[in-house]
Amino acid sequence: MELYQYTVQEIGEMLARREVTASEVLAASAERIGRVESRIHAFITLTLEEAEKTAKELDARDEIGGLAGIPCGIKDNLCTRGVRTTCASEMLEDFVPPYDATAVKKLKAAGAVMVGKLNMDEFAMGSSTENSGFFPTHNPWDLTRVPGGSSGGAAAAVAAGEVFYALASDTGGSIRQPASFCGVVGMKPTYGRVSRFGLVAFASSLDQVGPITRTVTDCALVMNAICGHDHLDSTSLKVPVPDYTKDLQEGIKGLKIGFPREYFQEGVDRGVRDTIMKALLKFEELGAVVEETSLPHSEYALPTYYIIAPSEASSNLARFDGVRYGYRDGNARDTVEMFSSTRARGFGPEVIRRVMLGTYALSSGYYDAYYLKALKVRRLIKEDFDRAFERYDILASPTTTSTAFRIGEKAQDPLTMYMSDMLTIPVNLAGIPSISIPGGFIDNLPVGLQLMGPPLSEATLLKAAYAFEQATDYHLRTPVLEV
Amino acid sequence: MALTEKDVERLSVLARISLTEEEKKAFARQMSSILDSAAVLDELSTDRIEPLIYVLSKYNVMRDDKVRPSLANDEALANAPLKEDAMFKVPRLI
Repeated sequence: MELYQYTVQEIGEMLARREVTASEVLAASAERIGRVESRIHAFITLTLEEAEKTAKELDARDEIGGLAGIPCGIKDNLCTRGVRTTCASEMLEDFVPPYDATAVKKLKAAGAVMVGKLNMDEFAMGSSTENSGFFPTHNPWDLTRVPGGSSGGAAAAVAAGEVFYALASDTGGSIRQPASFCGVVGMKPTYGRVSRFGLVAFASSLDQVGPITRTVTDCALVMNAICGHDHLDSTSLKVPVPDYTKDLQEGIKGLKIGFPREYFQEGVDRGVRDTIMKALLKFEELGAVVEETSLPHSEYALPTYYIIAPSEASSNLARFDGVRYGYRDGNARDTVEMFSSTRARGFGPEVIRRVMLGTYALSSGYYDAYYLKALKVRRLIKEDFDRAFERYDILASPTTTSTAFRIGEKAQDPLTMYMSDMLTIPVNLAGIPSISIPGGFIDNLPVGLQLMGPPLSEATLLKAAYAFEQATDYHLRTPVLEV
Repeated sequence: MALTEKDVERLSVLARISLTEEEKKAFARQMSSILDSAAVLDELSTDRIEPLIYVLSKYNVMRDDKVRPSLANDEALANAPLKEDAMFKVPRLI
């Protein structure tokens, strides 16, 4: 077994025991990147020189532990001091943040070694990473397929062994959907569990930062490092952070798991449904009580999201006007023309589409019919979850409607692309935590199993995910990239 | 809900994004189909439902009005496309 194949937990222990040095671990990641990156295209920016310095400093320390010395990647919408943060947009191609996002700061404080910034759909708007303003990322399991999105670079880099874990963001499924397509673990924590400070805002009432890892234990380890209140994000929760690794092995005897029938209906591939149904049997074998339940407003989640998220985006992205940072069309004669041509040239088509859509939904005469209506339906969707969690500890479903689709397959029709987030979006609207873990395979392509829980139930989700993971071998399979 | 090119043009002014004629055509078509798919929400009677804006925090968050360290002027200006002295520079307004 090569070094890059170990988990965060294993490498952390090897580093702590001084069996390897941080520099050696980094060299293994760098070598792996050199070997596969030309086919995966996960990174927008590599920071290997800086990483070498960090690794050397860590090796000089008397003690090393936790995440210290372990190479990771950061989605390129999380600000990194001194390292350009592009959001995969020409608008921010040369933007170098003067500060770190709080989640990044916390990882750095834990001794994380950042090897680069990861590709994504522009401003996190997309489900395939084909909307990157620079280049698409390829799925390590099949290079002709998308890695999912918007955190496609993050999921692909973790799956391909280029990094041990990644930090990403999830607004409507952007962590879980690519994790599902790439056969890795991705968690969207409870809204407010992780600070959003320094995360370039897309839809502020939905955005949340979370980890992408190869195992559930690794997910818990990264969660331990990034969660907690932050005075720079007034929506972050003042709730103590438990040790998420503590109860992992407790087992799930008696755990009540509901599976919402709406998540197993038409629109979800038969193979995916069957695979996840089989996964549910595994939970029963492990002692859980599994029952069918209903989230009756599920079908309204997608249209609700596609009103609310673009509305918030149209407001958030107003800041990109060519004045304080980012691209500016320098030929404009007056300020309004400068705004308009800067935004037309700096934003890609999907970003423009969503800003326009949000502008429409918020505009005078349409606000009540669209935005306000969507906010009301959002409450109905949240109340569905509230009711379900009165009876069940967690809910289980497929993460995605299909396995990874082919590059180009859905790129022409925005609506078809939006549909691929159908099963992940409700979680963001309700603000609850959710995790996607490898739940099976169809034709050598990973199928994600999604677990959802009430607010702040991350420990329960991780415990259930761990029990399933240990009873299966899906997380041990890796894509074959050797030529 | 069918958006016309004229509607899209009006929106592009509001959003401060200049569009070509071709883009207006394409956006009118794509946005109409997205808005059509949202018409399904009208099936639900929501007159008595309170809108849900933020999921968890019901109360405003206050902090002491104390000066804290923030970015130095040169750091804040470091990414500016155009600057003069300690200020962002824009084309003439009037």
